[in-house]
Amino acid sequence: MNGAQALWQTLINHNITTVFGYPGGAVIPLYDALTGFPEMRHILVRHEQGASHAAEGWAKSTGEVGVCLATSGPGATNLVTGLADAMMDSVPIVAITGNVPRALIGTDAFQEADITGITMPITKHNYLVRSANDLPRILAEAIRLARSGRPGPVLVDIPKDVQLEAFTGEIPAPHARPEMPAPAQEAIEVALSALRKAQRPILMVGGGAMDASEEIIAFAKAWNIPVITTLMGLGIFPAGDPLWLGMPGMHGSVAANRAITNADVLVGIGLRFDDRVTGKVSRFAKNATIIHVDIDAAEISKLVHAHIPVRGDAAKAARAFTAQPTFLENKEWHAKLQEWKERYVRHPVWSAGYAIKKIVDQLSPDDVLSTDVGQHQMLAAQLARFQKPRKWLTSGGLGTMGFGFPAAIGSALGVPGVRSVVIAGDGGFQMTAQELATLTKYRIPVKIAVINNSFLGMVRQWQELFHENRYSEVWLGDSNPDFIKLADAYGIHAVRATNSEEMESAIEAWLNHDGPSLLEAVVPNEHGVFPMVPAGASLEEMVETHEEAKQKQ
Amino acid sequence: MSANLYGDTTSSPNKDHIISVIVRDEPRVLTRITSMFARRGFNIKSLSVGTTENAGVSRMTIVVGGDDNILQQAIRQLEKLIDVIKVIDHREEKFVDRELVLVKVTITPETRVEVRHIAEDFRARIVDVGRYALMFEVTGDEGKITAFIEQMRPFGIIETMRTGRVALSRGSNADIPTQVYTGGESKSLEPVLGDVEI
Ligand SMILES: Cc1ncc(C[n+]2csc(CCOP(=O)(O)OP(=O)(O)O)c2C)c(N)n1
Repeated sequence: MNGAQALWQTLINHNITTVFGYPGGAVIPLYDALTGFPEMRHILVRHEQGASHAAEGWAKSTGEVGVCLATSGPGATNLVTGLADAMMDSVPIVAITGNVPRALIGTDAFQEADITGITMPITKHNYLVRSANDLPRILAEAIRLARSGRPGPVLVDIPKDVQLEAFTGEIPAPHARPEMPAPAQEAIEVALSALRKAQRPILMVGGGAMDASEEIIAFAKAWNIPVITTLMGLGIFPAGDPLWLGMPGMHGSVAANRAITNADVLVGIGLRFDDRVTGKVSRFAKNATIIHVDIDAAEISKLVHAHIPVRGDAAKAARAFTAQPTFLENKEWHAKLQEWKERYVRHPVWSAGYAIKKIVDQLSPDDVLSTDVGQHQMLAAQLARFQKPRKWLTSGGLGTMGFGFPAAIGSALGVPGVRSVVIAGDGGFQMTAQELATLTKYRIPVKIAVINNSFLGMVRQWQELFHENRYSEVWLGDSNPDFIKLADAYGIHAVRATNSEEMESAIEAWLNHDGPSLLEAVVPNEHGVFPMVPAGASLEEMVETHEEAKQKQ
Repeated sequence: MSANLYGDTTSSPNKDHIISVIVRDEPRVLTRITSMFARRGFNIKSLSVGTTENAGVSRMTIVVGGDDNILQQAIRQLEKLIDVIKVIDHREEKFVDRELVLVKVTITPETRVEVRHIAEDFRARIVDVGRYALMFEVTGDEGKITAFIEQMRPFGIIETMRTGRVALSRGSNADIPTQVYTGGESKSLEPVLGDVEI
C-alpha cells in the first residue's frame, strides 16, 4: 500500500465516502489510487472554491465532516476562501492538498505554494505530512480536530512523493467522538439565580447551539423565555412559535433588537456577539446581566463582557438550566414584545422581498435552504420560517459571495432525498456559476433561484443610504448573461418570472421539475432591506424604512 | 469593557504581563504563535524560546503589552492552538525572571576606572576589552538591567543586545507534569491537551 491508498482507506474507515475535488499534477497519485476504491465517491467540481463550499454545505447540513481535495499551488490557493469561511462559521471540514515532492519544497518549484503558511490564520490547525507512515495518523487527527470542541477547518498538505511512498503501518481506528465539556455546576447556579429574578429575560442562540435544539426549546418553554436566533442560529428554535422574536442585528427584527435593548437578563448560548449582531458594542444590551455560554473560552468576554460566564457544551448547559425551571410569567414583557412583533416590513407586490417570500412559502420544514450573500440573503433570513436546525446554510461570518450554490450541492449530496434549494443574487451566483456543470454531470437535483435585480444590490443599498446615490460600479444589468440560456448551455432546465403572476407558475414549474432546475426572478432594483441598523450605530438606532434611513443622514 | 471596533474605552491600564507557553516542538510553532498575536493586534514586547529537558517540548517566555482583557484574550487564544500544551500566567504565582544583555560602552582613559567600578557594583562581567570600548554581560531582572543601562548611558553606549526575558515559577513543582510530554517523538502529535489534567 502506498501513501495515497492509505489516505483513501483512512477516509473510508472514518465513514467518509464523498470527496469534492479537482485533480492536478501534485495529486495524480491520489487520483490514481482512487480507482481502487469504488466505494469512494469523488465529485468533480469546476473550481476548487466550489469544492470547499460544497464540503461546507455537506458539513453544515449533515453535522459530519466534509472533505475537499485540491492539487498544489493554484489548486490549493483556490480553497482559501472556503477555508476562511469555514473558520468564521465553525464548519468542520478537512481540506487535502497535494504539494511538490519533499525535495522541491522551498525551491519555488512549479506549482509550489506554501499552503500551510498561507492557511495558518484561517484553519484550526494544519499539517504538512512528511512521511507516508504518518499520513493515516495525521488524517485521523485532522478529522477529530475538525469536529471537536468548537468545530473548524483543518488542512492536510501531502507532498507528491509522500503519496507514492510505501506505507508500512496499520491504519488507525477512528478516534472516538470527543466528549463535550459540561459546564461547571457553580456557574449554572449563579446563572439560574440571576434568571429567577428576571423581569425581562431573553435567550439568544447562535450557530454554536446547532446540536442543542431540543434542549434549547425545552429550556425556553419551561422558563417562558422569549428566544432570538442569530443569522447562524436560525432553525434552532422553531420560527413562528409564540416565544420566537426573530433575528437580531443589522437586518434583524424590530422585536429582537428592541428586546435586546430592554432586556434585564440575556442568556447567550453558542454565539460570539459578532459586530453585525451587536451594533455599537458599548450600547448592546446595556440594561442586561449577560450570561454567556460557549464551548470556546476565548469567546467569553471577547467583545461583550459576560457577567456570568459559563464555559461548556450548549446542549449540556441548556439541560442544566432546564433542571429546576421557574416559569417566568412577566405578562407585561410579553405584551410589549408582541406589540413589537407586529412591526415587520411588508414588501411591495413585485420586489425581491415578494419573490423570496413566495419561494420560502413553498418550502417544507425538511427542505434545506442555502443562500448566497447580499440583499436576497437578508431577505431570506427575515422571511423564511425554519422549524428545524441544519436547514439553513448561509455564509455568516465571512459573508462570502459564491458560497450558496456550491453549498447547496454539498447538502443535496449529504442529505439525499431532501430538497436542496438555493437563493442567490445575480452577482454572487456568477462567482461559482460554473458548478452548473457539476449538477449536470451527476444530475444533482439542486433548485436554484437567481434573484436578478441587475445590481450588486447590497452595495447599491449602502451607496444609496450612505454615499448619496453614487452607484459606483454596481450595475450588472448591461452585462448579465441570459440566465435561462446559461442554464440551457449546461443542460439545465430553467424558467423565468418577471412579475407576480408569472412567479406563481414559474415556482411550480421550477420546484416540480424532476432534476436540477433554475428559476430567474427579474425584480425591480430600487428596494432596500429593512429594518436596518446603520453600521457603527447601536441597535436602538434601527430604522424601519427607506425614508427614515434617509432622514437620519 | 475592552477596546473594540467602535472605540469604546478600556478600563484597566496598560502594562506588561509575563507568560510562559509550553509548546509541542513542531515545525512552524513559532510562526503560529507570533502570527496569532499579529493577527489579533496583540503586542509582543519580548519573546524568548528554547528547548526543554524533554524532547519534543519547547518553552517560550512572552511579555505581552496591554490591559488585562488583552492578556486574557491572548492566553485564551493561545490555549486554543493545537501545538500549545499549556500557558502559565505568571501573575498567578511567584516566579523568577531573568534577562541577559550585552552592552558595549565607550571608554576613555579618564572614564575607564569608573565604568569598571559601576560594572562591579552590578556584577556585570567584562566579555570584551577594547581600547575605546568595553563590552559587559549582565544578567538580572528587568529593573537591574534597566538601571545598569541608565548608569552607563552618560559614558556613551555604543550598542546593546537583550535576549528577552525568561521566567520559571518558584518552588519544587514543574509547571506541567512530565507525563504530558514523555513518550518520544511520535507522541508529539497525540492529543496532549485532552488526556491530562493540567
Ligand atoms: C466574494 C465577495 N466579494 C464582495 C463582497 C461584497 N458584497 C457584499 S453583498 C454584495 C452584492 C451582492 O450582489 P448580488 O449577488 O447581486 O445580491 P443582491 O445583494 O443583489 O441580492 C457584494 C458585492 C462579498 N460579500 N463577497
